[in-house]
Amino acid sequence: MTSEIFQLVLMTVVTAATPLILAAIGELVTERAGVLNLGVEGMMIMGAALAFAGAYLTGSTTLGAICGMLAGVAMAALFGLLTIGFAINQVAAGLALTIFGTGLSGLLGAGFVGLKRDRPGHVHIPGLSDLPYVGQLFFGEDIFVYIAFGLVAGAAWFLSRSRTGLALRATGDNHQSAHALGLPVRRTRFLAALFGGACAGLAGAYLTLAYTPFWSPGMTAGRGWIALALVVFASWKPWRVVLGALLFGGATMLQLHAQAASIGLPGQLLSAVPYLATIVALVLLSSGARKNATAPAALGQAFIAPR
Amino acid sequence: MIAQQETRATPLLSMRGIVKRFGSFTANDDISLDIHEGEAHALIGENGAGKSTLVKIIYGLLEPTEGEILFRGKPMRLNGPQEARAQGVGMVFQHFSLFDNLTVAENIALVLPGDAPISALRGRILEVAERYRMPLDPDREVWSLSAGERQRIEIARCLLQDPRLIILDEPTSVLTPQEAFALFETLDRLKAEGRALLYISHKLEEVRRLCETATILRLGRKVGSCDPRQESSRSLAALMVGSAINDIQAPSTRAFGGERLTLDNLSLPSQEIHGVDLDGVSLRLRGGEVFGIAGVAGNGQSELFEAVSGERLAESNYTILLDGVSVGLRDITARRGLGAAFVPEERNGHAAAGDFSLTENLILSRHAGAGLTSRGLINFDKARALAQEVIKTFDVRKAGPDPAARTLSGGNLQKFVVGREILSEPKVLVINQPTWGVDAAAAATIRQALVDLAARGASVLLISQDLDELFETCDRIAVMHEGRLSDPRDARNVTREEIGLLMTGDGHGESAHAH
Repeated sequence: MTSEIFQLVLMTVVTAATPLILAAIGELVTERAGVLNLGVEGMMIMGAALAFAGAYLTGSTTLGAICGMLAGVAMAALFGLLTIGFAINQVAAGLALTIFGTGLSGLLGAGFVGLKRDRPGHVHIPGLSDLPYVGQLFFGEDIFVYIAFGLVAGAAWFLSRSRTGLALRATGDNHQSAHALGLPVRRTRFLAALFGGACAGLAGAYLTLAYTPFWSPGMTAGRGWIALALVVFASWKPWRVVLGALLFGGATMLQLHAQAASIGLPGQLLSAVPYLATIVALVLLSSGARKNATAPAALGQAFIAPR
Repeated sequence: MIAQQETRATPLLSMRGIVKRFGSFTANDDISLDIHEGEAHALIGENGAGKSTLVKIIYGLLEPTEGEILFRGKPMRLNGPQEARAQGVGMVFQHFSLFDNLTVAENIALVLPGDAPISALRGRILEVAERYRMPLDPDREVWSLSAGERQRIEIARCLLQDPRLIILDEPTSVLTPQEAFALFETLDRLKAEGRALLYISHKLEEVRRLCETATILRLGRKVGSCDPRQESSRSLAALMVGSAINDIQAPSTRAFGGERLTLDNLSLPSQEIHGVDLDGVSLRLRGGEVFGIAGVAGNGQSELFEAVSGERLAESNYTILLDGVSVGLRDITARRGLGAAFVPEERNGHAAAGDFSLTENLILSRHAGAGLTSRGLINFDKARALAQEVIKTFDVRKAGPDPAARTLSGGNLQKFVVGREILSEPKVLVINQPTWGVDAAAAATIRQALVDLAARGASVLLISQDLDELFETCDRIAVMHEGRLSDPRDARNVTREEIGLLMTGDGHGESAHAH
């Protein structure tokens, strides 16, 4: 019986990690192309608001998730227009995107505060999902979890194996050389930014559709920023993002249980534990492998084609 | 008869009246030239003559404002380098268009059409490397390779596309004499296969060795063409610059004074990931002497400059002596106070702040001496007067009375930076790559100023990759290789080949790099 409880705890860890994995893998691909989008939080919260609105109005979780992704894509397109089209400073534009997204999502979501939906059902594979101890954990999660891990595997394969992924990495390493060889620097970066937006939107959608099935303003609570930090400390390697996200999820659940058990520490302090733990662990991880932990060399630099 | 002449004379590539304007600036003005199969065609001219612009047009990176290009007699309109490559035009860039964090094979795969897996490409790379005798390891990451190896990647990448015309932009500027020799053997082989070469250089000896035709550009215009084998380097240089270049005037008598700069077994581990550790560097530099440090870039020269200038402190105070005073642990300002001056390699961002005016840039390095400050306030009148003196003495050409440093051309900014230090009459001047990317006239001015400074009793430590420059100005030359400094040689009694061997590490009694 206790091991069944243990499995349920682990499942909540995965649930807490999933929005981070989704947002971080999108940002990772964006950054590997040389674009630093600090607006993850803004894209995520827009995704959360519009996903809930879409799902509530249509009654379909799938349509809601698509609405969330489109919201993220729209925000990323705005960012791409500014930073890739007009070569505006990426840091400033990213920060503005977050502030803009936070405000706009509050406005658009105002009519949906206090409404509730049902969580989507979990996957059930006869036989496998009923395995003792691990059946639910591995074969009985909700569909978003599998999408998140699929995206990580896909991104890892795309970046290291495919020719297009190679061109994307080259663009992030040295945009002058890439341009000199005739690679489409701006198009690659714009598409990478859109992918990042879609992932951030989906991460937001997960929050309002599956994690807490309601919408309230500001509910992303800094997860976008954690996702950004995960990408850096994961040394821009996809699978390390998963590691960091799971750690964050684990610490979140631990502190919730600690608060419930009232161990005598202030709740605010305990709420900060996952953020601290994740950053400390990832700093240790990346400092051990400094030689390989190089950022994409052209990250954050605007590219202006000499014509 | 006419038909026969035409088939024989149809050039591989023919440019007709090419004009390229950037806003009001005309980079190429009505340039026409023909390149035939199997021909090595040189494009020579000063910095800013429009050579790079012209080849970027051929490679599809720039669109001409006017004029047309014929390839095998048919008009060629290019929409990007992919189309140039598909037509059979390849290019080897001066500033390599490589990606440091990708492997050799990945760098090459990027430009090849199709989607073959990288593992399949490995064999083709090795085959080309073998055929043209250019050793290459497909799995190494680019950052770990020397300049010569990097260039081989560029060339192999180009050859894998089987080009009919290969453009080479200043290919030997970062190579040792031996590497350059190996490159010429490869180029001869390519020529023999009937491929055409368009060779950009301002090293005239190379042009005379390799090319049958030369087109000379000056300030965006074609000023002539000739057979470089029939010309001397001197006559080519005069065509290129438009006037004769003065030789360096060495002082008739040389008298060396006491020791001014001493490095005693200076070792310093590098802090950079891909840096070079200094390993027991010793030298004694007398007053009145120009001491040259040769070597391929990235063998510890920048680390040595940082240590001698005090940008990084040494581990012991006694490893660096200025006029007999130990300064290993003292900072730049203290060393300047003892009469030393420093000119780093990078003009914009290191020697000068690009957005600062020339006067402000003068203050940056001269604030300690020259009485430019009192009680923490700057005396701008004095600084302005001093800046104008530098500008006048070194003939710095600029727009406006006191423009921002970045608006000056490379040669003029370098003249200002060198002049700023030399007018302080330093006892020791340490200077890194003073004429890199500087036009010939400005380079001659700077070299003359160094020789004159030494004649007045100062010591000059000149770090350079340009062997011509070192032989022209130095009394003694030592070679830096992998952080170690060779014994100094008398510049009049050493050959370029000996220096070249030292640059590859052979003269240090070690085996050459195993490739």
